[in-house]
Amino acid sequence: MELDPLIISRLQFAFVISFHAIFPAFTIGLASFLALLYGLYFKTRNKAWELLAQFWTKVFAVVFGMGVVSGIVMSFQFGTNWSNFSQATANFIGPMLSYEVLTAFFLEAGFLGVLLFGRGRVSPGVHLFAAIMVAVGTLISTFWILSTNSWMHTPAGYEIREGTFYVTSWFEAIFNPSFPYRFLHMGLASFLAGGFVVAGVSAWFLLRGHEIEANRKALSMSLWLLLIAAPAQAVVGDFHGLNTLEHQPAKLAAIEAIWETDSAVPLALFAIPDQENQTNHFELSVPKLGSLILTHDPDGEIKGLSEWPRDEQPPVWFTFFGFRIMVGLGFLMIGFAVAGLILRKNGRIYTNHYFLQGLRLMSVAPFIALLAGWIVTETGRAPWLVYGVMSHAEGLTPSLTGGIALFTLLGYMGVYAVVFACGVYYLTKVIRLGMEEEKEQDETKDNHRPMRPMSASHASFDDDPSPARS
Amino acid sequence: METFDLSVVWAIIVAFAIIMYVLMDGFILGMGILFPFAPDEEARDTMMNTGAPIWDGNETWLVLGGTSLLGAFPLVYSILLPALYIGVFLMLAGLVFRGISFEFRFKAKGKNSRKRWNAAFAGGSMVVAFAQGAVVGAYIQGFETQDRVFTGGAFDWLTPFSVMTGLGMMAGFALLGATWVILKTEGHVQEWAYGISTKLLWIVIGVFALVSLWTPFIDQGVAERWFGNIQIIWILPALAMASAAALFFSLKRGRGKLPFFATMSMFIFTYLGLLVSRWPYVVPPDYTLWDAASAPSSQMFLLVGTLIVIPVILGYTGWAYWVFRGKVRPGEGYH
Repeated sequence: MELDPLIISRLQFAFVISFHAIFPAFTIGLASFLALLYGLYFKTRNKAWELLAQFWTKVFAVVFGMGVVSGIVMSFQFGTNWSNFSQATANFIGPMLSYEVLTAFFLEAGFLGVLLFGRGRVSPGVHLFAAIMVAVGTLISTFWILSTNSWMHTPAGYEIREGTFYVTSWFEAIFNPSFPYRFLHMGLASFLAGGFVVAGVSAWFLLRGHEIEANRKALSMSLWLLLIAAPAQAVVGDFHGLNTLEHQPAKLAAIEAIWETDSAVPLALFAIPDQENQTNHFELSVPKLGSLILTHDPDGEIKGLSEWPRDEQPPVWFTFFGFRIMVGLGFLMIGFAVAGLILRKNGRIYTNHYFLQGLRLMSVAPFIALLAGWIVTETGRAPWLVYGVMSHAEGLTPSLTGGIALFTLLGYMGVYAVVFACGVYYLTKVIRLGMEEEKEQDETKDNHRPMRPMSASHASFDDDPSPARS
Repeated sequence: METFDLSVVWAIIVAFAIIMYVLMDGFILGMGILFPFAPDEEARDTMMNTGAPIWDGNETWLVLGGTSLLGAFPLVYSILLPALYIGVFLMLAGLVFRGISFEFRFKAKGKNSRKRWNAAFAGGSMVVAFAQGAVVGAYIQGFETQDRVFTGGAFDWLTPFSVMTGLGMMAGFALLGATWVILKTEGHVQEWAYGISTKLLWIVIGVFALVSLWTPFIDQGVAERWFGNIQIIWILPALAMASAAALFFSLKRGRGKLPFFATMSMFIFTYLGLLVSRWPYVVPPDYTLWDAASAPSSQMFLLVGTLIVIPVILGYTGWAYWVFRGKVRPGEGYH
C-alpha cells in the first residue's frame, strides 16, 4: 500500500497538537485560580490560602514547563508539513502566531519568575500583581491562537491575489465570526479543567486526611466555580452551535449525522453512521429535538449531508461520536457540580466517600471532553484547511513523501511518550508530597534559585534513598 | 519611496535572533557535547550548574527566530523547513531530550537514573549541534526550487559538505562550551577545560579553513562575491582570524575571561562572513529577501510588538546573567 503523506501529516498534526493542548488548557484555568488564591491570602492573611497557593504554584510550574517543551514542535510543524498553507496564509497567521510567542515570552520574562520565586523577596502586593499578570497573559496567548484557528474556520478580512492571502482588515480577520464563541468555549473549558483537577486532588487529600482545613477550602471554592462554569459552558456551546449552523452547515450535519435536508429533524441520541451508504443504522432518536436544539425552532430546517458532494463531506464518525463524548461528559460535569451544591447542606461534600472518589475520577473528564471537542471541530472542517477556500491537500508540503512523514510521526510519538511519562510521573510525585515540603523549605531559602518553571518544585525524580550529591 | 525598508529591518531582526541563539545556546550545547569527556561526575554537576539558571531563556531566541521567519519571510520558512525536514525533526527531538534532562537530572538521586539523564543530555546536545551545523552547510549549498516551492528530495541536504559543517559546528559549540567552563569554574574542572579548548581550537580552525576553501567551489555567486570588487568584506575573515589568535594566546597565558569572549567574537565574524556571502539571497540561489517578504502591512503589524518585547527579553536576559555572575564552585548548586 502506498503511504499517503496527507493522512500521515494530518495524524501527526492531530497527535502533536492534542498532546500539547492538554498542558495550556490546564495552565490557563490554573493561572486564574492561583491569582484568586493569592488575592484571598492578600486580603485575609489566612495561612491556609497561602499554603494552597504555594502548592498549586508548584503544580502549575511543572505543567507550564511541559507545555513549553511540547509547544516548540508546534512552531515548526506548519512549515515542515504544511508549507503551501504556511506560504499562502502567512500574511495573517505569521504575525498572529508570532504574537502568541511574544506574549508568552513577555509573560515569562516579566512575571513568571516573580510568581514562582518571588515569595519573600517581593511584597505580597507585587506577588499578587505578578499572579494576575500571569493569568491575564495566558488568556492573551489563548486569544491569538484561537483567533488564528477561528479564522481558518470562518475566514474574514482578506483577499486572495495570485494564490496568496492578503489581510484587508486586521479587525475583521482577528475578530472573525466564530472567534468570540470559540474563545469563550475554550476559556470555560480551561476553567473546567483547572476546577476539576483542583477538586479531584483536594478530594484525594481529604480522603487521606491531609491538610484538612486548606483542602476543604480548595474543594469548596472549586465546586462553587464549577457550579457556574459547567452550566455556562452548556449555554456557550449552544451558541457556538448556532454559529456553526450559520457558517459551517456541513459540519453541523456531520455532528448530528443528518443525511437528508429536512424540517422538524429528530435528534439522534445514538446511531452507527454509515458514510458509504449515506445513512444511519440502529438509530435511537427523539422527534423534533434536533431542530429545536440546533435552530431553536421545533420545525426548523437543517441541511443534510447529501447537499454536499461526497468528497466535501466531513468524516461523520469522528464528528458524531466526538460530539457525543464531549456533551455526555459535559452533562456529567454539571451533575457533579449540582451534586456538590446538594451535599453542601450539611458539609457532606467533605466527608461523603463516594462523592470524593467520584471527583478524583472526574479530574480527567474535562481533558477528554476538550480533546473530543477539538476533534469534532477540526475534522468537521474537512476537507478544508481554510474553510471553503483551501483544502488539506492544497496546503500540504509538495515535496513530502509518505515514508518520511511516517518516520517523523513515529519519532514524535516516541519523544512525546518519554516526555509525557516523565512529566506525569514527576507531577504525581509533586502532588503526593503534598504541602509538607513547603513547610520544611520555608527556612532554607537561598537567593540563587534558577528562574525556571520546574525548579519551583523540590520533589525528587526517583525514590533512591542514597543521594548522589548533597 | 518609503523612508526605511521594512524587509531589511526584519532581516536584521531575524539575523540578530539567530546569532543570539547560536551564541547563547551554543555554549550550553557545547557543554553537553563535552559531558562524556568531563573528568568526573562532580565536574558534570558543576558544568550543569553554570548553565542551569539561563538555558531556557536562551532557547527563546530559536522560537522567536522561527516564528519571525513565518511572519516576515514566509518563503524562507516554507522552503527551508520542508527541505530540512529530517534535520528539523532531529534538532527538535534533541532539544526536547536536552531540555528535560536539564530539569530532571538534578532531581534524579539514583546512580542509574543519573546515568540515563547524563546520556540524554549529551546525546540530545550532540544531535542538535550536528543538525544545526548541517543546516548551515545545506544553506550554503542552496535549495532546489520551482515556482516558490521546494522540489528536491528529503536527503538533498545530506552531502559530504553538510556532514563536515555539522561536525564542524559540534567542534565549534564544544569550544564555546569549554571556554565558558574556563570562565565559570576554577580548579581541576577549569584545568581540564583549558586543555581541551586548545585541542578544539585546532579542529575548529581546520574546519573553518576547509569550509572557506570549499565554499567558493560550491556556488558561483559566493565566489563572485568574495573575489569581486567589494574588498572591504575581507575584513570579516581577518577579524575572525584575529579572534582565533587572541583565543590561542589567551589560552596559553591562562587568562580566565578572554577565551570565551574571543570564541564568541570568532563566531560572530564567521557568521557575518556567511551572511555577506549570500546577501541579499535568503533562499539561495534563487530568492532575495524582498522576494521572500510577507505583505508590508503584515511586517508592520508584527514589528510593533517585536520592538516592544525584544528589549524586555534583552533586559531580562542581562539581569539573569548578572544575578548568576561569578564562579560556580563544586557542590554549590542552584538546587
